Amino acid sequence: MTATIDKTDGSARNLQEAVETVESHLHPRPSWVVADHPMPTGREEIWRFTPVKRIQGLLDGTPSDAHLVWEETLPAGVTSRAITEIEARGISAEEPVDRVSALAAELSPGARLIDVPAEAELADPVSIVLRGQRELVWGHIVVRVGAHARATVVVRHEGSATYGAKLDLVAGDGAVVNFVTIQDWADDTVHGGQTSVLVGRDAEVRTVTVSLGGSLVRLTETSRFAGPGGSLEQFGLYFVDAGQHIEHRLFVDHNAPQTHSKVDYRGALQGKGAHSVWVGDVLIRKVAEQISTYEANKNLVLTDGCRADSVPNLEIQTGQIEGAGHSSTTGRFDDEQLFYLQSRGIDAREAKRLVVHGFFATIIAKIGVPELEGRLMTAIEAELAKSVSA
Amino acid sequence: MALNQGLVVSGLHVTVETEAGTKEILKGVDLTVRPGEIHAIMGPNGSGKSTLAYSIAGHPKYTITSGSVTLDGVELTTLSVDARARAGMFLAMQYPVEVPGVSVANFLRTAKTALTGEAPKVRTWIKEVNESLARLDLEHEFSARSVNEGFSGGEKKRHEIVQLELLNPKFAVLDETDSGLDIDALRIVSEGVNRYASQGDRGVLLITHYTRILRYINPDFVHVFVDGHIVEEGGRELADELEASGYEKYTKVATGK
Repeated sequence: MTATIDKTDGSARNLQEAVETVESHLHPRPSWVVADHPMPTGREEIWRFTPVKRIQGLLDGTPSDAHLVWEETLPAGVTSRAITEIEARGISAEEPVDRVSALAAELSPGARLIDVPAEAELADPVSIVLRGQRELVWGHIVVRVGAHARATVVVRHEGSATYGAKLDLVAGDGAVVNFVTIQDWADDTVHGGQTSVLVGRDAEVRTVTVSLGGSLVRLTETSRFAGPGGSLEQFGLYFVDAGQHIEHRLFVDHNAPQTHSKVDYRGALQGKGAHSVWVGDVLIRKVAEQISTYEANKNLVLTDGCRADSVPNLEIQTGQIEGAGHSSTTGRFDDEQLFYLQSRGIDAREAKRLVVHGFFATIIAKIGVPELEGRLMTAIEAELAKSVSA
Repeated sequence: MALNQGLVVSGLHVTVETEAGTKEILKGVDLTVRPGEIHAIMGPNGSGKSTLAYSIAGHPKYTITSGSVTLDGVELTTLSVDARARAGMFLAMQYPVEVPGVSVANFLRTAKTALTGEAPKVRTWIKEVNESLARLDLEHEFSARSVNEGFSGGEKKRHEIVQLELLNPKFAVLDETDSGLDIDALRIVSEGVNRYASQGDRGVLLITHYTRILRYINPDFVHVFVDGHIVEEGGRELADELEASGYEKYTKVATGK
């Protein structure tokens, strides 16, 4: 149900009120208060795809002071420091939209702030590696990129953990940010939480979210704009193996005019019980005139016994836009593609490898860190070797 | 004797599954193309010409119910699609397929490696690729594009001929390579086919609906293909006759009207 109060007298003031009260029907009101996010039963719209039992460790709110092992590589000028949770809340991109992220903020033993100063032009990426050591961990990280700065930030998750996370990216006005997060967990990891992006006026933000490992990964990714003229590109890549649950829930809030968003998430699934979920919600508010948005999700099902849920949603409150669209496809290998490649002497296994390579290559090329791109392609080849045979 | 007999198709019957059930498309095709020869197969729409091309290459949609196809004595019909290619068969497709994210360069190198069993030498290979692209009037940058993705009709066909040149198979089936080409592209593509054929020991089966490509490529034999089999054979004068009077004479015979 969309709570839309539509004033018809057209006065600017009333229109503004209407804008403020519009809510996307799939999204609960963001709140730092844990009690505002009751324990899910699994029947709620935002939980219905998730095996709630398997993520219980991130729902019941058991406190923990444990940390992930933190390794950072900071280019000159970039700072990293511990901040209080109160301070973190004051500068975050968005309040928690679900119980896991609310608990992460509540229970995190302090927060971490990475600061890229205004007008910095970083030649090398900011690199953060977070390694789990078989513990329950709550974490809150804020990455702040100052006005007109240019930065690539890579956050890489490894090891075993039960990790509830809140991760915020605040891109200042005119900033150009490439924000890469990689879930390369060990097989037993459960990782849930929220990554939120605030796109400054005229800023250009690209996010690349790569989820390969873990038993269960459930990430809610919300984005909104701090002013007009911002541009957001979000790319995603996931490779889901037997028994794995990987869920990406995106929400792009076009809350400012002349803003642009593009979402392209691609996944491959193989093995019994492999389950991917992609939800792509876009809300175009009344104020968001002359915006454009397009979101796409593609799933390549490599074996029997997999399940790919893909749900794009568009909620449009104004007709004064440049364009809005979405697409979702889920399928097996295209016989015609394989025939074409094989007719040139390439055997079935190599042909399938080429097709998957091509499927992901365009996403990987967006990362912009050559060494990382190479490593990811190698990781995908290794995943592929498990299922693709002649 | 078996080594150089070229392509021999004998008694080939092929069916395809349709919503209305199994349908026989090829009803006994007999054809021999010796090395060094160019044969044209001409026929009206729906006669089964493309089915013949796809069946020779091994497309999974078509079922060979009887008959055989051999290339230099090697039976192709029992081989996988890629093994047929490695046996020397090449099909230039009427509708080349898009493979997003796979560059032309990667595709060509992978195919060459698969066919010869070893990766081509980087330096000479890139030179070869660029020279072939240039002969087909394509820019060097073409090799960085995804295979067939966003190609114009003419670019797709020229890319097929680039593959023909670089992979240099024993035998090439060209399925309506002339369709959708403007006159300049038709000339460029035809020159590519002629260069390939002029090696002297390669065979070409040129499948076409129209006669205009035969102004540029001179066939040694022309076969008229109607209702799933060959109904008339002759030299290039047969093509000239078809140009003048069309297929009507043969379609009437085939359907018994």
